[in-house]
Amino acid sequence: MSSLSGYLFVSALLFAIGMAGALTRRSAILALIGIEMMLAAANLNFIAFWRYGPHPEALTGVIFVLFSIAVAAGEAAVGLALIISIYRYYKTTNLDKIDAMRG
Amino acid sequence: MSLAFTILAALTVAGALAAMSLRNLVHCVLALALGFAGLAALFLELDAQFVGLSLVIVYIGAVAILTVFAILLTKGADPAWPMLISSWTGNAVVAAAVFAVLAWAIWSSPASRRPLPARPEETVLQIGGALMGRYVLPLELIGLLLTAALIGAVIVAIEERQAPK
Repeated sequence: MSSLSGYLFVSALLFAIGMAGALTRRSAILALIGIEMMLAAANLNFIAFWRYGPHPEALTGVIFVLFSIAVAAGEAAVGLALIISIYRYYKTTNLDKIDAMRG
Repeated sequence: MSLAFTILAALTVAGALAAMSLRNLVHCVLALALGFAGLAALFLELDAQFVGLSLVIVYIGAVAILTVFAILLTKGADPAWPMLISSWTGNAVVAAAVFAVLAWAIWSSPASRRPLPARPEETVLQIGGALMGRYVLPLELIGLLLTAALIGAVIVAIEERQAPK
């Protein structure tokens, strides 16, 4: 197993762990943390492909990850603000209880 | 496969697993910070110093602290309800299937057997030049997006007061 596939495996594992947490945990805050983890796993993929790619001097992967980190920060701020707003309305962050839009 | 990579990968995955499986949410965020520290060290291992240090600043310095404040404001540190949602088995199967497909794709791809190329010349000067030259429009757009996110987060989270009669 070469080193690139090692990084890709770590990234896939991080993505799956984040996805499992976001889909199965009952707390809304942990669902948001899981989504952050999935974004970070995608960033690791970008950096690994940039390092092992044929044109590392183009810096494309690095710039993309910088923008992705900025978007993740904005997403975390807005998501946590939404959770605080939902908590004020429902008095809980239990995802099983927040089902007003259930079809 | 070097020893440093093995240690850092184990640290990252252990932090992520602990962040998703601990009961107390504050412990989850601390484990998440550990996992992100391991991830930043993996970035440093891949010769991406600037991004690795920005990851430390943004994820550990801002996102983790913000999450702790959100836990504090929603009194959710150690909730009384069960950890998993009622329909968790099917969702866990979906996550495992996604990992299986990704692992199979990585394993069978010839691209993942590339040799390590020579160390690239990644300096902060070059990143700054690229951000001010070719990528200046996306940079401005990110600035606009962060401003909108800042104002939007404040407006969403602000307490609505009753209108005076």
